[in-house]
Amino acid sequence: MGFTQVYDYVAGKLDWLAAGGPIEGTSAGRPRAGEVARGDVPTCGLDERLGEVQGRVRAAGWDACVVVNQERVVLGLLRAKELEGDPASRIEAAMRPGPSTFRPHVPIAEMAHRMVDHDLENAPITTSDGRLVGLLLRADAVRNAPEPHDHGG
Amino acid sequence: MPREIDREGVRRLVDQGAQLVEILPAHEYEEEHLPGAVNLPLRRLEEQAAEVLDRHRAVVVYCWDSA
Repeated sequence: MGFTQVYDYVAGKLDWLAAGGPIEGTSAGRPRAGEVARGDVPTCGLDERLGEVQGRVRAAGWDACVVVNQERVVLGLLRAKELEGDPASRIEAAMRPGPSTFRPHVPIAEMAHRMVDHDLENAPITTSDGRLVGLLLRADAVRNAPEPHDHGG
Repeated sequence: MPREIDREGVRRLVDQGAQLVEILPAHEYEEEHLPGAVNLPLRRLEEQAAEVLDRHRAVVVYCWDSA
């Protein structure tokens, strides 16, 4: 057909959405996990001591902290329960390793359903290569979801 | 034979004026597509590419994923 410069974006739309790339279309304005997640969540590294992190997290008004490496790839999570541990322990030992992460393009209504159904207080939102976008709080997901999602009980 | 590119390659080519073509069905395209993309579902690609696209500019095609 005479086209000489043809490229195939093999990873496709899923990869684009998962990386939080801009989109157009009828669902473009729909709230998604990446927009509602809090990007100001405190972070810490594996080599820090829990005591140092506890103070920083509380001073910032949080009860959760995401453990990341230098590239902001998520390695673990410190929830309120883990933050109450021995201040002398290393983060690597205190954290909850390998938490379930979700991609920024997931509609917030779907996240709200999932977090309520699985009793998740929060969920790290990451790009497809694992970098932290923010921490999605269940209360924020529920508040921003356009449909009812509380199944009662 | 199309050359495979990644996300950064897409951004670079689009900045240089490449045309984006989503080959998924129309309803999927209408719901969400990359900025500026046109929709040429796979079954119409052969017959409509020449009339819709500029053959002098690069063309980037994509679908949902690599599966």
